[in-house]
Amino acid sequence: MKIAILGLGAVGKGVTEMVASKDLGISITGIADSKSGCIDSSGLNTKSILVKKQKKGFCGDKALSAEDVIKKADYDVLVEVTPTNATTGEPGLSYIRQALKRKKHVVTSNKGPLALAYKELQTLAKKNGVALRFEATVGGAIPIFHTLEHGLAGNEILAIFGVLNGTCNYILTRMADEGLTYEQALLEAREMGYAEADPTYDVQGIDAAIKLVILANTIWGDGVKLDDVNRTGIDLLTPDALKLAEEEDCTIRLIAEAIPKKKLLRVAPRIIEKSHPLVVEGTLNAITIETDMAKEITLIGKGAGSIETASAIIGDLLYIRDRYVERA
Amino acid sequence: MKLEMKDSPGQLVAALKPISEVGGNIIAVIHQRDPHSADDTLNVQIVLELHEGRINELVSLLKAEGVHIQRIGKERLLYRRTVIMIGHLMHTDLSDTIDRIDRTGFAEVSELSMSMPAINERSSSRLTIKSVTQNDMEKAIAILRTVAHEKDLLLIEPLEEIS
Repeated sequence: MKIAILGLGAVGKGVTEMVASKDLGISITGIADSKSGCIDSSGLNTKSILVKKQKKGFCGDKALSAEDVIKKADYDVLVEVTPTNATTGEPGLSYIRQALKRKKHVVTSNKGPLALAYKELQTLAKKNGVALRFEATVGGAIPIFHTLEHGLAGNEILAIFGVLNGTCNYILTRMADEGLTYEQALLEAREMGYAEADPTYDVQGIDAAIKLVILANTIWGDGVKLDDVNRTGIDLLTPDALKLAEEEDCTIRLIAEAIPKKKLLRVAPRIIEKSHPLVVEGTLNAITIETDMAKEITLIGKGAGSIETASAIIGDLLYIRDRYVERA
Repeated sequence: MKLEMKDSPGQLVAALKPISEVGGNIIAVIHQRDPHSADDTLNVQIVLELHEGRINELVSLLKAEGVHIQRIGKERLLYRRTVIMIGHLMHTDLSDTIDRIDRTGFAEVSELSMSMPAINERSSSRLTIKSVTQNDMEKAIAILRTVAHEKDLLLIEPLEEIS
C-alpha cells in the first residue's frame, strides 16, 4: 500500500519513521511540508528526507507544493497531519477534500477539519467510496474510535466522559500534588514542553471541547459544533480549591462530558473522587464510555507525543489496508 | 424514611402497593430477625424516599391495608452534593448566595468551608448541599449556576455519572 504524508512536524516525522522501520507493507510515495514536497512512485528515501528537513527546515523540492503531492503523487491513502486550525480548519480541510475527491482514503490527526466539517467530509468520503479515519484526533494513542466502532459494536453509547487535554491534566496534577498556584504549574508545564507559549487553546478547554465535538459527531452523528459545548477552563482555579476537594478525598480535573439524553455537552473543571478511573496523573488522557450492554469502560493512555500519535495513525492505515487495499 | 413492621403473612405485599400509589421510591427492604424478640417473628424495615407532604396519606393507606406500622423514622434531606466556588465570595454577599438555596425549602447548605488567602484576592469555598429528592438537588444546583453567573464566581460541580 502506498501513502502520501502532508505535514512533517512531530506527528508526520513519527509516522515516517515508524513506517520506515516497521515491516508493514506500506511505502511512502509523497511527502510535503509547508514549504516543499517530494514525490516518487517507487517509494521515497525517507531517511535522507528527514535529515534534510532537520538541516534545512524543509523536506523536498520547493517547486512542489502540498497540493501537487495530493494531485500528482501515486498513493492509496493520504496521511494529513498538518497543524490544527480550530477556526478555519485550513489548510487541512482543503487537503482532505481534494484527496477524497480523487477517491483516495484519508487518515488525519487534524482536529480542525473534523470539528468544523465532520458531516460534509464523511458524506464526501462515502460518495467516493473511500474511508476517512481520524483515530489520532482524540486521546492520542488511545484507540477510542476503534473501540467504539468494533469492540463496542452493537452497544448503545449512553454517555462519554473524558480527560482529553494532557496540558490541563498536568497543571491540575501539579497543583494538587505540590500546592502550586495555577501560574506556577503553567510555567512548569511550559518548561517541560507540555504547554504552548500561548496556552489559551488548552487551558480554556477549547482543545478538549473540539475533541468532544468529534466524539459526539462520530458516536451520535448529531452534527454538534464547537459553540454547542458549554465550556469552562482551568485558568481561574486556586490551590485552595484543590485543597478543599482533597479534604473530601476528591480532586479537580478538567472533564469533557457528553450525555445526549440530557442534551449535555460540557467541558469544565469538576470535583471527582480520587479513586475514579478518570483521575490519571500528568499528561495522560482517559476516556470513560457508558453503554447499555458493556456498562462502563475506561481507556487510559498517552494523549500526545510523536510516536504515540503515530500508533493511532498506523492503526488507521492498517485498518484501511485490510479493509480496502490489497497488501502491496 | 424508614418503616418498620411485623413480618406476619401478607404484610409486606400489602405495604408495598400504597408506597407506589403515593409516589414513593423504595430504596431498600430489610428482613432481619430480632435476637431480642421473645416471639418468633421477623421485623421488616422499608427504606423509601417520599415527599414530606404525603407521609400522612401513606400512613392512612397502610392502615387501610391492615399493615401494622411499628415506627416511622424520618431523614428529611436525603441527597447530598458538594460543590466548590471560587471568586470574590464575601464582596458578592456570601449570605445571599447561601440564602438563595436555603429559602427554596427543598434544599439547604449544610456545610461551608472557606479559605481567604488575602484581602482582594479570590477566595475558595466548599459547600455541601442537602436536598429532599434528586430532582430538588438538580434544581438547587441550577440556582447555584445562576448565582455563580450573576456574581462572576467559578462553580465547580462534582462529576455525576448516569448509571
